[in-house]
Amino acid sequence: MTRWGMAIDTDRCTGCGACAVACHAENNIQTVGEEEAGKGRAMHWMRIERYYEGVFPDIKVRFQPVLCQHCAHAPCEPVCPVYATYRTPEGLNAMVYSRCIGTRYCANNCPYTARYFNWFSPEFPAPLERQLNPDVSVRPAGVMEKCTFCVQRIQDVQDVAQTEDRPVRDGEIKTACSQSCPAQAITFGDLDDPASLVAQLGRTERATHLLEDLSTEPSVTYLRGGR
Amino acid sequence: MAGPAASVHEEALLRPLSSFRPKLFVGSLLTGLLVGVLFYSWGYQIVNDIGVAGINRPVFWGFYIVNFVFWIGISHAGTLISAILRVTQAEWRRPVTRCAEAITTFALLIGGLFPLIHLGRPGVFWYMMPIPTERGLWPNFRSPLMWDVLAITTYLTGSVLYLLLPMIPDFAIIRDKAMREHPKSLRTLFFRVAAIGWRGTPQQWFSLEAGIRTMAVVIIPVAISVHTIVSWDFAMAIQPMWHSTIFGPYFVVGAIYSGVAVLMVAMYLLRKGLGIGEYLNDKVFNNLGLMFLAFALLWGYFTFAEHLTVWYGNEHAERAVFDARISGEFAPLFWTMIVVNVLIPLAILPFPKGRKPLGTAIVGLGVLVGMWIERYLIVVGTLSFPRLDFNAGSYTPSWVEIGILVGSVGLFGFLYFGFLQLAPIVSLWEVREGEHIKNRQAPAQQHALHPASEEA
Repeated sequence: MTRWGMAIDTDRCTGCGACAVACHAENNIQTVGEEEAGKGRAMHWMRIERYYEGVFPDIKVRFQPVLCQHCAHAPCEPVCPVYATYRTPEGLNAMVYSRCIGTRYCANNCPYTARYFNWFSPEFPAPLERQLNPDVSVRPAGVMEKCTFCVQRIQDVQDVAQTEDRPVRDGEIKTACSQSCPAQAITFGDLDDPASLVAQLGRTERATHLLEDLSTEPSVTYLRGGR
Repeated sequence: MAGPAASVHEEALLRPLSSFRPKLFVGSLLTGLLVGVLFYSWGYQIVNDIGVAGINRPVFWGFYIVNFVFWIGISHAGTLISAILRVTQAEWRRPVTRCAEAITTFALLIGGLFPLIHLGRPGVFWYMMPIPTERGLWPNFRSPLMWDVLAITTYLTGSVLYLLLPMIPDFAIIRDKAMREHPKSLRTLFFRVAAIGWRGTPQQWFSLEAGIRTMAVVIIPVAISVHTIVSWDFAMAIQPMWHSTIFGPYFVVGAIYSGVAVLMVAMYLLRKGLGIGEYLNDKVFNNLGLMFLAFALLWGYFTFAEHLTVWYGNEHAERAVFDARISGEFAPLFWTMIVVNVLIPLAILPFPKGRKPLGTAIVGLGVLVGMWIERYLIVVGTLSFPRLDFNAGSYTPSWVEIGILVGSVGLFGFLYFGFLQLAPIVSLWEVREGEHIKNRQAPAQQHALHPASEEA
């Protein structure tokens, strides 16, 4: 079986935000504008959280890129009254936009606050509509959305591998965030393949998970402790 | 049922049904305007999308869910209180049951609106209905929201039945009176239909009493399940200060507490407005006041127990929510709630002088505000502090949400004023039955008190 997962090396992360921008471009995420962002409605499936350690001037900033953790026991899934969010056989926490009725219960029950809601219909003023990704739908108002692990890219590679009659190679799939990370902090791959890089990183001493004590069993591993 | 002619007191009850009452008209007009506000605001939101409300990330739930819990809570006024009093055969219940049961039905209707108002895509709310389609899609019965759908529809069906059943003989009384006075009018036709052929035969009485008795017993567990399930919307989630086993009983107690509160206010207004102090007399207020006091104590105890365990447990995420309530940004609301929900009731209700109509109505108003604040603190207080501190947020309601809240109060008043013109707000036949029982028992009681006198 396949179980998609990600490893993020927080020791490498410089907090540049390239991943968040790439994610916006890849996934047709709407840009809500200053006023809406001020109300707490900014949408970034991938966001860089900043945490400060120590007291000025002896201060250290830590960056934590946070996205949907694609939990094996996702708290968001059972609470949806219409099965708009569910776990795929490949371990993705999927969103069915057309099924979502917008109760927002999933977002409330996500301990990572990784879900984003379309408060208004998205607007892509010209010429932005030209850069919309044709492989990804644009979500209407009243619908929940979140990181998909770039499911369209996964599908693309799987299709090619299938036509060439071979398994998907490790590292062949790159999510938009991992592709654009200048520090190469983000690794994507199959956690069920012990030889894959992401699985190997997950076995190192530096591997941790976010809010692990909630036993959500996230598919995203954070590496830290080098410096 | 021919029955005796209406007594003088009954005239006061029947008057709003047959003649133009200026007070009722003005009340209906004013609340009708508020209903306009409700539907204008809601329409504005449907046209311009849910974003016109103040909710955001991380406070995904706001006024609408607060109002939902508030109104469903109020719906515990009637059915539960009247059912408990019926089952325990409390004689003084007779004038209270109808006006309490009407509160239940209307509060439920309004409470049931809010999940719809709250949806991001209200047009497809029917995805939550178990409708078999060729796509094989089904609602997710693991979701507490689906439990809500089931519980609330069951409760609504039950409480409408429970309200209607005891109204049949009263409709017959009015029908007979109207038949004598204006046999051809439209009103008479309405009451003829509403009385569904009630003749008052022993067989009909037997069936009716059996029906009411059954409903009274059935409705109690249903009512308890409803607010337990509403509490589980929160308790099943793993958010700080939501994920708590106390929530089920805590919410049920809170619901009945706010239910008694609204009943107190409504009874006070009915007594004043309709001049029916003969029925809603001081004894009724006194007894309900005692019940009110019991729930004030219970609610205070639950609130204390909930907060003490959180404070003592000292878990990081829970403490963030807790501290905001006790001494942070939510402290003014929290302490207001404590004052109006615990301190004021405990200062007034323990004393017989406090359990008069005005005293209980004032306490009731305060408790209504306090119970609304409680739900606000639960919904917004928790959501403002997600586990990952970086995402902490805040919430300011927009005019749309305020309009809908005010409008919902108006809708309640509007429905209630309308009800006053359709049925006597005090059950005529039940009061008559009570008088009958009292008259019959009076000599027997004397006999029981003085057994020696007969032997002598």
